[in-house]
Amino acid sequence: MRRWALWLPLAFFAVVLAVVGYGLVRPPDEPLRSHLVGQRLPAFSLPAALPGRPTVTGAATGEPRLINIFASWCVPCIAEAPQLLQLEAAGARIDAIAIRDTPADIARFLDRHGDPFAAIGRDDASKVQLALGSAGVPETFVVDGNGVIRHQHLGNITEEDVPVLLAELEKAR
Amino acid sequence: MIAEAGLAALWLAAALCALQLALVAIGMKEGRGDLIAAVRPVAMVQGLLAAASFLILIWLFVRSDMSVELVVANSHSAKPLMYRIAGAWGNHEGSMLMWVTVLAIAGACIAAFERQLTSAMHAATMGAQAFIGLGFYAFLLFASNPFARLSPPAPEGLGLNPLLQDPGLAFHPPTLYIGYVGLSIAFSFAVGALVTGEVGPKFARAMRPWVLIAWIFLTIGITAGSYWAYYELGWGGWWFWDPVENASLMPWLAATALLHSVSVLATRDGLRAWTLMLAVVAFSMSMVGTFLVRSGILTSVHAFAVDPTRGTFILVLLALYIGGALALYGSRVAHVRSGAPFDPVSREGALVANNLLLSVILAIVLIGTLYPLIADGLFSEQLSVGPPYFNATAGPIALLLVAIMAAGPLLRWRSDRLGALGARLRFAVIAGATMALALVILGAEAGVMPFIGLVLAAGVAVASLAPLWGRNLKRTPLFTWGMVIAHLGIAVSLAGMSANAAFTKETLAAARFGDVLEVGPFRVKFMGVRPVAGPNWSALEAELRAVRGGAPMRLLPQARFFASPPTNTNEAAIRTLWDGQLYAVMGARDDDRWQIRLWWKPFVTLIWLGGALIALGGLLSLVGRWRRERAAALRESWL
Amino acid sequence: MKAKHQRLTLALAALAAIVGAGVLAVSALGEQAAYFYSPADVAREGVPVGRAIRLGGMVEKGSIRRSDDGVTILFTVEDGPARTPVEFRGVTPDLFKEASGVVAEGRFRADGTFIADNLLAKHDERYMPPQLEGGKHKTETLEP
Repeated sequence: MRRWALWLPLAFFAVVLAVVGYGLVRPPDEPLRSHLVGQRLPAFSLPAALPGRPTVTGAATGEPRLINIFASWCVPCIAEAPQLLQLEAAGARIDAIAIRDTPADIARFLDRHGDPFAAIGRDDASKVQLALGSAGVPETFVVDGNGVIRHQHLGNITEEDVPVLLAELEKAR
Repeated sequence: MIAEAGLAALWLAAALCALQLALVAIGMKEGRGDLIAAVRPVAMVQGLLAAASFLILIWLFVRSDMSVELVVANSHSAKPLMYRIAGAWGNHEGSMLMWVTVLAIAGACIAAFERQLTSAMHAATMGAQAFIGLGFYAFLLFASNPFARLSPPAPEGLGLNPLLQDPGLAFHPPTLYIGYVGLSIAFSFAVGALVTGEVGPKFARAMRPWVLIAWIFLTIGITAGSYWAYYELGWGGWWFWDPVENASLMPWLAATALLHSVSVLATRDGLRAWTLMLAVVAFSMSMVGTFLVRSGILTSVHAFAVDPTRGTFILVLLALYIGGALALYGSRVAHVRSGAPFDPVSREGALVANNLLLSVILAIVLIGTLYPLIADGLFSEQLSVGPPYFNATAGPIALLLVAIMAAGPLLRWRSDRLGALGARLRFAVIAGATMALALVILGAEAGVMPFIGLVLAAGVAVASLAPLWGRNLKRTPLFTWGMVIAHLGIAVSLAGMSANAAFTKETLAAARFGDVLEVGPFRVKFMGVRPVAGPNWSALEAELRAVRGGAPMRLLPQARFFASPPTNTNEAAIRTLWDGQLYAVMGARDDDRWQIRLWWKPFVTLIWLGGALIALGGLLSLVGRWRRERAAALRESWL
Repeated sequence: MKAKHQRLTLALAALAAIVGAGVLAVSALGEQAAYFYSPADVAREGVPVGRAIRLGGMVEKGSIRRSDDGVTILFTVEDGPARTPVEFRGVTPDLFKEASGVVAEGRFRADGTFIADNLLAKHDERYMPPQLEGGKHKTETLEP
């Protein structure tokens, strides 16, 4: 009876570990994914982030596009800037939503890290971000010509993600 | 180039760590004394290299090297020097590097200073230390490189968050980390003991100073953290049962239990298996605290999901170290010879009770802290566990623990009589009864728990001094003084907590200029508001004039505004008096009225004074033990 | 024999203490844990009056009103599809403002107003209140 009691601490620890492990494995594919993938964009219109530049809306555009959610205060967004420029060079249309940001900061950010965006909207209250089911910045959505969300990319876009996103855009065509 | 040098130093340290593990493994297996002898210098050089790497990271922050990603993300050239330095560990990668550095230095310290252990036991301990180190070097190098470059360099950093610019916050983490990681030494000792089977008084005497050092740092860290939260958060509370606070409390509880069980092992050769268990648990709590709690996985799985490699890495390391040690325990501890028996009414009996109650509190805090994670994982429920849970469960048990603490030091080792204990406690009982009577006569409206707390505090304060009665104070050993002062500190702290809970008075009002507010015995007049400015903030400052008989006191709470990034903070104004603190916070404006919140907190300062006494007691005990060991060593060399 | 007997007693005492702690903890958790709700959860499931919960969402733009005593504020928490009125007496935290995330701790009054004892606004503007990230995903009716 005494022998097995010595293993109880290990058993208890194993249970805790299993639960934590389960909690860790689960989230990336379930709760963080937007429920809207495969559905039409919710209708929204945002104020233009920069004077004289078009803004983003939820309306169908007739051609596939990327919607990039970013902010000037976000470090991973700097990391993904070159990849966005690559995507633009490859012919992708990229719309952007700036989260809780100011026009001055956005302009400075684009000056410094490049401006691949066809249109930029300002989402000061994260309302559209919430409506899109996005939980953080940066995130990128692939939207087809009918305004249906086809794919959601979490986190910054790395070199390896560029062909994946281009393929998704092609599929959405 | 400097960043690359830091990375190179880190790689070298990791290589030496691997070498250290290999030397121990081969040396022990083949009985090669020459390999074992090389372990000490290798461990010391490893410690130096890790320290060099950490210093280089600090240097990069001081220099504001904006070609390093970590500096860009967490620093700003306009930050004051102190916060640029502190910025080095105010982020994930930097704090991991600090963790590893402390671990390596701890290993170097055992290599340099530990002379009491047999060479097999010392080697096994160094092997365990290297084994822990290796995993964390790997984590640092493969999943959280602090020296990664940013190309092209950024013109300016992004980290200017004013809320993080506070001296308390800057130097709190290093203190806690030394405590957390210091417990790794106890862990390695226990692993070494399980491998070699050498458990006994000698082992306990060797381990005790290391546990004491870690425990002193934890005590200071927790006390300072509590005071920081008290003055900075502006809610008038001193402990929030926040996961981050619990992360520091859990190792402290385990280390406190370990400190006491180790003294049974050292003096009476009892509680062998239990002491080993506690040594494993104490460092496990440090790791669980740092990686599951502080890392943010508990409050937001998203924090890790962004980088699943890190989360997985950490889980694997935890499984390897904690699981490995517990498995070793399960398979090996039966070989540990059982210790000496004792009576239930004895010093050992009281220390066993102390250990059991501390373990119960630890289990309650651990379950409460991890429960949100478990509920989220198993039932997909979002919930939080707050003060009501912890106060209702841990509170009464802590009071019971304090009561036993009063009796423990007055009991003899091995066996004692209850009647004799009663006689020794008579003054303590009188003190407690006097306090109870005073509270009733004064008609103080304390709740049940604060009432018991105050009565206990009075009794325990007297009882904690009792071991000094009838002794020549000059010839009383320093470590006895240490125990007395640490226990007195518990009583003082308990008095502060109870008085604060029982007698705090609070007033919240929207006041116009010239209005008079009352809080406790004070009449506070709102004199006016004026703008003031600091280096990177501007503020509105309220002038309050508080009177309780005598001369008026000025209190100047501020509502600060930081421009970059735009942030508002409330700076509380705190006036410390001999019998408590007057605490004022300025809130929002509403036309010609301003929100003013006032607290009168009688004897609240005793909470932290008690914490300081506890740490001081630990320090005296450490010095006292060290002196005695040295004297004993000298005697031995004479013989 | 005596030593062995004592070892067994001690081991059983340790086991009993830890199991006791577990039982105590779990029973207290049942009563004291505060579940997290978003306004949409409240609308869908309902929350019993007087039960301690946490309510999380965004402070609706233009909804903050101050009552006559100057220290009680009324505002609305929303998460897109649903809204909940909240009343709070006290000094609001540094980062509490309109159109930003908030978590309110408290309970519902019979009239459906949420009485907050405490407001938490995250210290870092970059993040939403963490629970909100999970919480809002329970809501699937985002289509207008």
